[in-house]
Formats: sequence, C-alpha cells, structure tokens
Amino acid sequence: MRKHWWKALSILLIIYVLFAGFIFEVPALPILHETIRNLYFHVTMWFSMMILMTASVVYSIKYLSTFERKKDIYACEAANIGMLFGTLGIVTGMVWANFTWGDWWVNDPKLNGAAATLLVYSAYFILRGSVDDEDKRARISAVYNVFAYTLLIVFLVVLPRMTDSLHPGSGGNPGFSTYDIDSNMRLVFYPAVIGWTLLGIWIMQLKTRLKILKEKLYK
Amino acid sequence: MLYNETLHLLKKEFTLEWKQKYAFSGILLYIASTIFVCYLSFKKVIDVDTWNALFWIILLFGSINAVAKSFLQETEGKLLYYYTVASAEAIILSKTIYNILLLILLGLLSFGMYSLVLQDIVANYTLFLTTLILGCSGLASTFTLISGIASKANNSSVLMAILGFPLILPLLLMIIRLSKRSILNLQLDQNIDDILILALLNLITVVLSYILFPYLWRD
Repeated sequence: MRKHWWKALSILLIIYVLFAGFIFEVPALPILHETIRNLYFHVTMWFSMMILMTASVVYSIKYLSTFERKKDIYACEAANIGMLFGTLGIVTGMVWANFTWGDWWVNDPKLNGAAATLLVYSAYFILRGSVDDEDKRARISAVYNVFAYTLLIVFLVVLPRMTDSLHPGSGGNPGFSTYDIDSNMRLVFYPAVIGWTLLGIWIMQLKTRLKILKEKLYK
Repeated sequence: MLYNETLHLLKKEFTLEWKQKYAFSGILLYIASTIFVCYLSFKKVIDVDTWNALFWIILLFGSINAVAKSFLQETEGKLLYYYTVASAEAIILSKTIYNILLLILLGLLSFGMYSLVLQDIVANYTLFLTTLILGCSGLASTFTLISGIASKANNSSVLMAILGFPLILPLLLMIIRLSKRSILNLQLDQNIDDILILALLNLITVVLSYILFPYLWRD
C-alpha cells in the first residue's frame, strides 16, 4: 500500500477530473462557451508532457554520470510517454482551435513550439533506432537529449518574443488567472495536471519493466 | 595545455582544407548553383520576406553540408589516432572554431553572390553583417556537435538534417528577424537585445558542446 498509493491517487484524480470537468460549473464566456472545459484536458497534456520530458533529461544526465543501463531505458520511456501526451495535446488543441479560432492550425508561437518539440523528440527516436550497439545508443541519445532539451527551452522562451499569441496571457488576451475569477477551474485544473502526470509515470514504469524483462529474456 | 592542443588541431584543419581545396570549392559551387536555380525560378525577388527567407534557407542548406564533413568524413583509424594524441575538449573546440571561420567566409561569399543576381536590398550593413557573423557562428557550432552525434550512427546524412533542423529553429528565427530589420534600415543599437540573445545562443551551444562532446568521444 505504501508503495502503490500514488497509482490509486492517479486513478481517483482522473475519475474526479472526468466527472468534474464535464459537470462542474464553468464561467460563461463569449466564443469559448462550453469548450472552456477543454482546459482540463488540453492544457494539462502540455504540463504533463513537459514534466515527463524534464524527467527524461534528468535520467539522461544520470545515465551520463553513472552509465547504468536502467537510467537510459527510463529516459527513453519518459520521452515516449511525453510524446504520447504531446500528440494528445496537439489533437485536443486542434479541435479546440477549430471551434474558437475557426481553423485547425493557426500560426501561433505556442503551436510552433509544440510542433518543434514533437519534431525534436521524433528525431531522438530515429537516432535511437539508427545505432545498433546498446551502450553506444544510450550514450549518444543521452547527449542529444541534453543538447536538444536545452535548446528547446531556449526556443520556447525566445519564440513568444517574436509574435503575439492567440493564447491567453499574451498579445492583449486575458491570462488564465484573469478569467477564472471564482477559482473554481483551478480546483479541477491542478488535480488534472497531477492525475495525468502520475498516470504517465505509471505507464512509464510499466513499460520500463517490460523492456528490462524482455532484454533479460532474449539475452 | 588545452590552448596549445586546440591551436595545433586548428592548424591541422586549415592545412587539410588547403590540401583538399575541392571540398570548399564544392560547397561554394553548391551554393552558387542553388542561388542560380532560385534566380531562374524567381527572376526577381521584390518581396522583403521572400528575399530574406530564401537567402537564409540557401545558407542553411549550404552550411549543413559544409559542416557535415567535419566528423562524417573522418575515417575510423584517424579518429582513433586523434583519440590517442588529443583531449576531447581540444578536438571539439578546434572543430567548432574552424567551422565558425569557414561558415563566416561562406556566408559572406554567399551574400555577395546572392545580392549580385537577386538584387542587394540591405539598407543597414552594420546590422546585417553582425547578424551574418553571429548567425553563421551559431549554425557552425550547432551543426558541429550534431555532426559528431550523427557520425556515430548509421544513415548519418539523413540524421544530420533531422537532428539539426528542429534545433536550429530558435537561431534561425532570430537571424531572419534581425536581417529583416537590417533591410528595413533599423540601426544596430535599436536591436541590441536581439543581438545579445543571438550571442547568448552561440555561447550556450559552445558550452554545451564542450561539456557533452567528451561523452560522445569515448568508444
């Protein structure tokens, strides 16, 4: 129980979010209307993705300092699940964009940043695929992971300087904190971030174990 | 110690380049033909954005090809020899400095050719040349480490592009923005913030290569 409580917490939080996200009252805003509920699913995907990508980089750095195979598998799987969340984030975002901005894809710094992130991590997996030797693969992909993550963070910081965003909080749009005056949305939003992230960590752990077992089996 | 080693390796790079003049001439011809193709397809570029983006995209492709050879063309035996005589830090520093100088030269020559056939619309040369020099050194330092990573994997020429392009985005966006401003005749001191960001990007890349390359190196 002491070891597994967070998995239960993750399930409970997600059930709560699914329930509260669709049932609870939300501020009635023009244009957004009920689509504002997507905040619990779309924005939280990006939060979870960034947390998982950060975890992946931390594992890569750990790998480079210890050269333990397990760390590399963790780094890879964290990036994998991060990609899953990123893809879900982009899909939910596109649906939302179509309802509110009238198009599936708009030229917006946040969208471009998201697309760049997916490109970088796809390249990371291609790189992993093109090295045969396991230790070499682990080392090279760890180096790329650290390099890419740093430049990606720079990109996400630099990009909004370029143009105004349609997203809240920039270009004269009201920020997240301005429109949920009653703070009701926070009561669902933050649990959602924690719930999705924990679920991601759980999937990551299972996939890592499976991979280690498979390696043992085939060796 | 590091200083001496770097200097020696740098001298070696220059001697080698001088002995194989066809390599550099090849890249120059690559850029010249691309510019000529663009010239014949566009005839005349009046639009500022198109002129600007086209120039940097040509230079981007030219530079990735120019830098690719820094590690991809080294044979296994040669790399082993370097490994025994020099430290990894000296190798990456010398390669980076060498590529920076090479790309600055390449950038200046390409600008000459490009403005010869597709009109010279730059109004403020101080700003444009500062951007060109900082931009080329950023391209060089990023692609040098990427070339080191790609050389360790199979199908490296494709990898070079897919690993490098997403990472070059922040740099490229800054360059395109600054060089557009130089066309619109803005002064250097009005853009000091962006110039500083560009310089900082360069610094981050070089520092990261210096830290990360030793991990790539040991085989």
